[in-house]
Amino acid sequence: MSEMILLVLAMGLVTYLPRMLPMVFLKNMKLASPVKRFLEFVPYAVLASLIFPGILYSVENVPSAIIGASTSIVLAFFRFNLVLIVMGGIAGVWITDMIFF
Amino acid sequence: MSNALAEENIVSSNPFKEGLKAGIPVAIGYIPIAIAFGLLAKSFFIPEAVILLMSLVIFAGASQFIGINLIIAGVAYWEIIITTFILNLRHFLMTASLSQRLPKWTSNKELALLSFGVTDETFSVSSSQRERVLQPSFVIGINLIAFLAWNVGTWAGVFLAMGLPASIQNSMGIALYAMFIGLLVPSLKESNPIVVIVGIAIVINAVLYWVIPMEFSTGWMIIITTILTATIGVWLFPKEEGEDHE
Repeated sequence: MSEMILLVLAMGLVTYLPRMLPMVFLKNMKLASPVKRFLEFVPYAVLASLIFPGILYSVENVPSAIIGASTSIVLAFFRFNLVLIVMGGIAGVWITDMIFF
Repeated sequence: MSNALAEENIVSSNPFKEGLKAGIPVAIGYIPIAIAFGLLAKSFFIPEAVILLMSLVIFAGASQFIGINLIIAGVAYWEIIITTFILNLRHFLMTASLSQRLPKWTSNKELALLSFGVTDETFSVSSSQRERVLQPSFVIGINLIAFLAWNVGTWAGVFLAMGLPASIQNSMGIALYAMFIGLLVPSLKESNPIVVIVGIAIVINAVLYWVIPMEFSTGWMIIITTILTATIGVWLFPKEEGEDHE
C-alpha cells in the first residue's frame, strides 16, 4: 500500500512536469515569430484531433454518435451556450439509442 | 458579425468567477467519467486511499485509467511511471501554447498553480476564449471547477458505489466531445486559416487512425497531428492577416 502511494505520487510528478515546465520557462522567453505562430495553431489542431475520429466511438453505437455530434454541430453553429451544446449532444445520442437500438 | 462576443466571453470584473462558469461544461463531462474511474478502481480492490489520491495528485483521466490497468496487470512500477509520462507529453504543447496567452505580470507561483490544472478539456476551454490575453485567475477558475468535479466524482464512485443509469451513462460518453465541438465550431466562422488548419488536422488524425498500420495511443496521435498541422499552418499562413496583435 505505501509503495502504491509512492507510485501515485511519482505518476503525479511526471504528469505535472510536462504541464508546468513550458508554462514557467516559455512565459517570459522571447520566441521567434514562427514559433509563436505555431503555438497559436496548437489549440485548433488539438481540438480537431480530440474530436475526430474519437467521437465516433464515444458511445455504444456509431450512428447514435453521429446524430449526437450533428446535433452539437448545429447548436454550436448558431452559437448556443456551451452547456446546451453538450446537453444537445447527449440528448441526440440518448434519443437515437431509444428509437433504434 | 454583429454578435461578435459570445456571452461567456464578456470581460467581467471577476475573472475567477467567470472562469468557474466557463468550466461548467468540463465539470459536467468529468463527473460520470470520474464516477466510472472510482467504481472501476474499487472493483479491482485498489485501496480507497490510493484511488482518491490518484485523482488528487494526478488529475489526468487517461493516465489514471491506464494506471489502474497496469497496476492490476502487475506491470513494474517504473514502467507505469514512464507510460504515464509519455501519455502526458502532449500537455507540453498545450501549456507552451497557453503560456503565450497569459499577461506578462503573471507570477511564477500562479503559473505553477495554473499549470497543475491543465488537461485536454480545460486547455480547450481556456484557449478557445476570444480574448488574446487570459487572466490567470480566469484560467485557475476553469481548472478548479474541473478539478473539484473530478474529485467529487471519484469519491462518489468509490463510496456510493453507484453510477448513473446505464442508458444515460452511455449517452454521456459524448459529453466532452460535444463540448470540443462547441469550442471549435464558432472559431471556424472566424477565419479561413483556422478552417484549413482544422481540415488538415482531421485528415492527419484520420490517416493515423485508419490508414497507418500501427496502433498509436491517443496521446501520440494528438502530439503527431498537432506538430504536423501547426507546422504546415506556419508554412501556409506565416503572417496574421490584417491586424497585428500584441
